[in-house]
Amino acid sequence: MTELFGIPLSALLSQLLLGLVNGSFYAMLSLGLAVIFGLLNVINFAHGALYMMGAIFAWMGLTYFGINYWVMLIVAPLLVGLFGIIVERLLLRHLYKLDHLYGLLLTFGLTLLIEGFFRSFYGVSGLPYQVPEALTGATNLGFMIMPNYRAWVVVASLVVCLGTWYVIERTKLGALLRAGTENAKLTEAFGVNVPLMVTLTYGFGVALAGFAGVLAAPILQVQPLMGSNLIIVVFAVVVIGGMGSILGSILTGLGLGVIEGFTKVFYPEASSTVVFLIMAIVLLIRPAGLFGKEK
Amino acid sequence: MKLKKVAAAVAACGLALGFSGAQAQKLSGDKIVIGFITDMSSLYSDIDGPGGVEAIRMAIADMEKQFPGKKIELVYADHQNKADIASSKVREWIDQSGADVIIGGTNSATALASAKVAAEKKRPYISIGAATSRLTNEDCTPYTVHYAYDTVALANGTGSAVVKSGGKSWFFLTADYAFGHSLEKDTSDVVKAAGGTVVGAVRAPLNASDFSSFLLQAQNSKAQILGLANAGGDTINSIKAANEFGVTKTMKLAGLLMFINDIHALGLKTTEGMYLTDGWYWDLNNDTRAWAKRFFEKMKRMPSMLQAGDYSAVSTYLTAVKAAGTDDADAVMAQMKKTPINDMFAKGGKILPNGRMVHDMYLMQVKSPAESKTPWDYFKVVQTIPGDVAFAPPGGSKCTLK
Repeated sequence: MTELFGIPLSALLSQLLLGLVNGSFYAMLSLGLAVIFGLLNVINFAHGALYMMGAIFAWMGLTYFGINYWVMLIVAPLLVGLFGIIVERLLLRHLYKLDHLYGLLLTFGLTLLIEGFFRSFYGVSGLPYQVPEALTGATNLGFMIMPNYRAWVVVASLVVCLGTWYVIERTKLGALLRAGTENAKLTEAFGVNVPLMVTLTYGFGVALAGFAGVLAAPILQVQPLMGSNLIIVVFAVVVIGGMGSILGSILTGLGLGVIEGFTKVFYPEASSTVVFLIMAIVLLIRPAGLFGKEK
Repeated sequence: MKLKKVAAAVAACGLALGFSGAQAQKLSGDKIVIGFITDMSSLYSDIDGPGGVEAIRMAIADMEKQFPGKKIELVYADHQNKADIASSKVREWIDQSGADVIIGGTNSATALASAKVAAEKKRPYISIGAATSRLTNEDCTPYTVHYAYDTVALANGTGSAVVKSGGKSWFFLTADYAFGHSLEKDTSDVVKAAGGTVVGAVRAPLNASDFSSFLLQAQNSKAQILGLANAGGDTINSIKAANEFGVTKTMKLAGLLMFINDIHALGLKTTEGMYLTDGWYWDLNNDTRAWAKRFFEKMKRMPSMLQAGDYSAVSTYLTAVKAAGTDDADAVMAQMKKTPINDMFAKGGKILPNGRMVHDMYLMQVKSPAESKTPWDYFKVVQTIPGDVAFAPPGGSKCTLK
């Protein structure tokens, strides 16, 4: 068997694929953060909690109302988005003029509230959620067995990520959004309702987190703290990619998933630290991140 | 300066009052204060946490009538899995709230730190939730009791049973911190002693959300048994991924520390046929069922070994106080160590000089969905492991207390 650094090539190839699966989650979550930061200048610390909310909504839908996975894949993000809109209207709105730190503190407080709320009902051991019927089973790729569901995760997240990038960077709506952030007063003078646009953007950003949560529900244990384990890594991804850069966050998310996957083979003990090591190096060399623009 | 004087005066008065009370009733402060420190909110809070608090309240309610006219108080706190919070809370309770005994919940690191403070202040420290066998070896104290289980008992139970049933070659998936390392080591020793081999191990960081990569490495090892030397959410996520990637088709999983709550979260379909070692199960006999029913009415879930252990430990302590006629730590410790424990948790349990509470452990197998008749009907007892087989013999302990 062909080997690379003493590891069979087939093993490396399978780690590459697994890395892509994890990278898909990083990409989706960091994309939401990037959209929110890029357009609202808010560091949305509640992102992990909203991701968890998406997963729990999926579980609730199935358990209490018998609504299947596919419907919840649409409904749960909408509900999370709606929650986000309420938060933006009632709370976040008042902080735009203040330092970034206030937004961060508010969303951090929200995280504690949301997690505490669900924890008091469901505990922390987690709630079982099965893989939907159509995606059960696994495909033998020769070098590894790939569960069909994980392949679906990669496809779904790529579609969503690229779709978002296209809308923001290539359409008229996206152009207005970007214009609104550059110069809100001028854009309003053209008859664009900027506050509404900002509200909807926040709603969309957090809906992405909800979507990722539903995708994660069958793989990971659905439990109230599932977001807080992930959110720190995702923030590192955003910093490495460059705050606010859409394409940057997608590529960095996928890339770091792969690097983390390889670390799990070569030196598993470091697999939870490698992302932060890369973050430190990137910040030293390019303080604005790999894809960020210096201001 | 003035304030300090006032405070000193108040403290002196308090001491004087306490002292006179102790003379008349032999209880310091004329009451018994129980401190309970555990994970109330994070990954280990379902197996102990608020359920543990409830179990202790039940024990107090059952024992109260034996102390007419006296108060039994419970103070509890969340250590957030941080050793420094645990030790400073324990210190505060003993110094300021007059805690007479500390009940230690989950997390080995917090237990080692709290036990040290309790010993320094001369208060009994009864550890229920922590697994590390260090508590009764190199870190033993005259005031520590390790009550429910330890890593040695887990290894002796699941490890030897699996080797006996033909699982000769092992690969470990280990949580990369003190607890995981000692569980891996203790189990490896048992496996090798029983004629098995250890092919390899992979150390996964604590709380790694995705285990698929580690599982593929395990699969490539071609070992027969995958030993999961981790706990809580880590165990749950590794078992889920093992099913998803078909690892369970080529390897048998052995969860080295699993609680009934983990099985409940995973469902029987995923866990059917797995072996695990437990110190207590709600469906063992009439006593356990009766107590579990009371617990269920309050918490709406069945108790774990730790929650039953919390109840039993507090009852044992209060019984010892009653028998000794005082809450003086040395007298109560001596009383506890000479009295066998017979309740719904343990039959003929005894506390060794090094603090190890020796009682029967059980090798369990998870039922299939068809075998399970009622909710929480999850285990069948494969084997009762007598206490002196399950736990390390007193002679082998690194503890110097005799």
